[in-house]
Amino acid sequence: MLTITIAPFLVAILAPAICRFTPRACGWILALLPLGLVLYLASLAPTVWNGQTVVATTSWAPSLGLDLAFRLDGLGLLFALLITGIGVIVVFYSGGYLAGHRHLGRYYVALLMFLGSMLGVVLADNVILLFVFWELTSITSYLLIGFDHEREAARNGALQALLVTGTGGLALLAGLLMAAQITGTYQISGLLAGGDLLRDHPLYPAVLALILLGAFTKSAQFPFHFWLPNAMEAPTPASAYLHAATMVKAGVYLLARLTPALGGTDLWWWTVTLTGAVTMLAGAWLALRKTDLKQILAYSTISVLGILTLLLGIGDEAAWTAMAIYLVAHGLYKGALFLVAGAVDHEAGTRDITRLGGLRSSMPMTAIAALAAGVSMAGLPPMVGFIGKELVLEASMRQQGMITLTAAVAAAGALLFAAAGLAAVRPFFGAAGSPPKDPHEAPLTLWLGPLLLAGSGLLLGLAPGWMNAAAASAAGAIAGSPSPPVKLALFHGFNTALLLSLLTAAAGTALYLGCARLRKLAMPQWGPAGWYDAALDGVMSLAAAQTRILQNGYLRYYLLTMIAATVGLTGYAIARLTALPLGANLGDVQFHEVVLVIVILVSVAVAVRSPSSVTAVAALGVVGLGMALIFVLFGAPDLAMTQVVVDILTVVLLVLVLHSLPQVSRPTKPGPRFRDASVASSAGLLIGLLVLGTAAIEHPADSARYFIENSLPLAGGRNVVNVILADFRVLDTLGEVTVIAVAAVGVFALRRLRERPGEKS
Amino acid sequence: MNSVLLATAARLFKPLLLLVSVFVLLRGHDEPGGGFVGGLLGASAYALDAVTRNTGSARRKLPLAPHVLLGAGLLMAAASGLPALLQGEPFLTAQRYEAALPFALQITLSTVLLFDAGVYVVVMGAALLIMFTLGEEQI
Amino acid sequence: MILLLAIVVGSLYAGGLYMIMRRVLIKLIIGLALLAHASNLLIFTASGLIRGRAALVPAGGSLDFRQVADPLPQALALTAIVIGFGVLAFALALVQRTYQVVGSDDLDQIRSTDT
Repeated sequence: MLTITIAPFLVAILAPAICRFTPRACGWILALLPLGLVLYLASLAPTVWNGQTVVATTSWAPSLGLDLAFRLDGLGLLFALLITGIGVIVVFYSGGYLAGHRHLGRYYVALLMFLGSMLGVVLADNVILLFVFWELTSITSYLLIGFDHEREAARNGALQALLVTGTGGLALLAGLLMAAQITGTYQISGLLAGGDLLRDHPLYPAVLALILLGAFTKSAQFPFHFWLPNAMEAPTPASAYLHAATMVKAGVYLLARLTPALGGTDLWWWTVTLTGAVTMLAGAWLALRKTDLKQILAYSTISVLGILTLLLGIGDEAAWTAMAIYLVAHGLYKGALFLVAGAVDHEAGTRDITRLGGLRSSMPMTAIAALAAGVSMAGLPPMVGFIGKELVLEASMRQQGMITLTAAVAAAGALLFAAAGLAAVRPFFGAAGSPPKDPHEAPLTLWLGPLLLAGSGLLLGLAPGWMNAAAASAAGAIAGSPSPPVKLALFHGFNTALLLSLLTAAAGTALYLGCARLRKLAMPQWGPAGWYDAALDGVMSLAAAQTRILQNGYLRYYLLTMIAATVGLTGYAIARLTALPLGANLGDVQFHEVVLVIVILVSVAVAVRSPSSVTAVAALGVVGLGMALIFVLFGAPDLAMTQVVVDILTVVLLVLVLHSLPQVSRPTKPGPRFRDASVASSAGLLIGLLVLGTAAIEHPADSARYFIENSLPLAGGRNVVNVILADFRVLDTLGEVTVIAVAAVGVFALRRLRERPGEKS
Repeated sequence: MNSVLLATAARLFKPLLLLVSVFVLLRGHDEPGGGFVGGLLGASAYALDAVTRNTGSARRKLPLAPHVLLGAGLLMAAASGLPALLQGEPFLTAQRYEAALPFALQITLSTVLLFDAGVYVVVMGAALLIMFTLGEEQI
Repeated sequence: MILLLAIVVGSLYAGGLYMIMRRVLIKLIIGLALLAHASNLLIFTASGLIRGRAALVPAGGSLDFRQVADPLPQALALTAIVIGFGVLAFALALVQRTYQVVGSDDLDQIRSTDT
């Protein structure tokens, strides 16, 4: 299973080459990949539907609890088949839609990487792995929305989607890690088994909130729904795939997957159900107010995502089965309608429904696909959408005393019915519109895909029994226990659900006819999108302000800030220590040592205060020699020798360079000078205290013992310092001489830079 | 600095300093010294030349260009780690070879010495490259 | 004695830090050099001071590790001295180059990276 997740990434690498080699056929060639994946998954399907799971684990970073663990169960299989199946169609459709585009290869890289990431999300059995793939889908989605990166709207839409889903992703990571800590396992299947532990934990509300935040942002639930319509800037096949059929379902998948661990509580029921219900109604209502085909479809997608979330909130067998069927139905009809919208845009030059009409005569194949998909979306027989809607209604009616819930679902059904009319009927029937281009039938690649999707919807509607096993095993996986068999049928007999369906159809027709008037209704202009903009503006101005203050371009203020902050924080920490262990002891000082120290201190003062750089350099040399003497006095002859030679070389070097620099002094005002001096002095004082503090530490260290005792026997050397450098810690030394070499090359390179031709020195 | 006296002294000192630097390198394992000090001393032999006359003449007298020294030294140091790999030990583990010479002389060859010699060459090359580069600026 | 060395280390740090906060390039270099000395001496002092006895094992004998200076910080400081030289040289080259390009050794004039 690792292979099928990685395969799309590998093919993605090859995609640009294939597209350059054969730009016309590359869509068809690349579609072979998802086709192969579909066949492979189908071959596993009987096993999974029999109640078994397919598991594959490869160790990655075991010390971090990180395994490449994959697990295929009923829920994962349902999603995986949807991803790969619709993937086949989207991949070859894109070849026609973007035919001749110069970045076709780049598009396929992102699209195939998305396919792989999405498969990873639904197959991963490790929370970290899940998160990695989850974020990869956000990133590939960003790339696809911003594919047409020369348009500002596309860039903004891409960034918005990334920020919203990315923020949610971080919350999700936090939630998943907390859940993993509580249950003690990073394995998702293990996490699900520890559901009781999670639900009884005092942090359960926090975990739930974080994970829901991740799922709701991804699945565009209210109030995070606003990014999805803006994501419609993506090329239409990408919208169809990511923002209707698959990626936005990742949040739904996550809720379903974690139901055994987090679900079943009142908190879950109310949060998830209510969010789903609000999203369902708001999305469907807003869809009717739009005139752009893709916008209508986007808002209706939000509405459907709300329905799926609501079903998971309800959380019983009927709801889960309805969720599984409605998921498939929606993927098929919405994918088809998006692809139809793309074809219409491609051939007629506009997606505005007020300018479209009567396309059925010029684009008959596209019209058939649109009509079939539209019927499914409206929830009419004999399409699978009808079965889905019936199941949703029934699931909502099983909730005792929740008549409002049923009413809400029915209302959403009516609104969606009208939206379906707008998207699928309006452009193709009635009087001819006034599109910018003279419409004619789209090429085969553009109508075959939607037709196949809509045809599958019809097929599954007529033979719903084919979905029995898949629905039952998906519901079982959500429940966490084997589920009773499901028997689906197109016609359920005359019951309340059917009556409600008739009602919604009637109300939907009325809404469809009156939608021009609906658009004129005034609506408040503020909303979550405004909050997003305000938040973004706030971050920007905060960043600008702090840049102005902190990044002012004056080196000395940077240094001043850093030094003062370090002194402040370290000083505070030291002051908090109850007793500073000072090992001060003056008793053993000898006369020549005092003289040496005085010489060094005077030299430092001269180096700092002298107005002449030559004097300062000389004083610096004296300081260096003083260092060497200290090393001699305290048993470090190697250091002393090195220090002396380095000191001489340094002074020579400084004298050489001083000639090329001006000898101007730039006196600062007394005020700032005093400020700098006091900051520097307090830093010096602090470090002096630190040195005194070290005197209390027991010497010598264990390391000294090891090195001294083993120097001769193990390394055959009597100079322990050299043995450490050249034997015990030789790899460090190798690194250090490399640093020296790099510094020298850097000096050389800076000089070469000056000698670049055409530049005056 | 065009002092005849200094220039003459430098000419006498240079071979002496070079000799001392190699001596310091070789005795480093047992007595104070080693590749770092040795390399710096070796560089200062030429630096003296550079200061008393000019960097150009010092550079010409050098048998190998400083950046060649840099690379060669790094290669030596890194190569000293390879014999250990042949023995199946971790990179840079010290290896010693005792060799008997005629006239009852014993000689001990070790990768540690090769490494320290590499350090010597790198440090010398780096110091010289720096001196020559920065010194030339003023002329 | 550690008290005296603590004063030396503290003064070196104070002087070095004060110098790197000046406006003139060459003072920055001198400040860096002082800071290099300060850090070397800090490591050396912090490891404990033992007068006069280096960690040199006598030929054919052994050495009591309590009686000699700790060799590990010495090894650290030794490479630090040489690397400090390399860094100082690099800073010098940078300063020289900056002066040639910008035409000023005033750090306040060098606020932008685009010259």
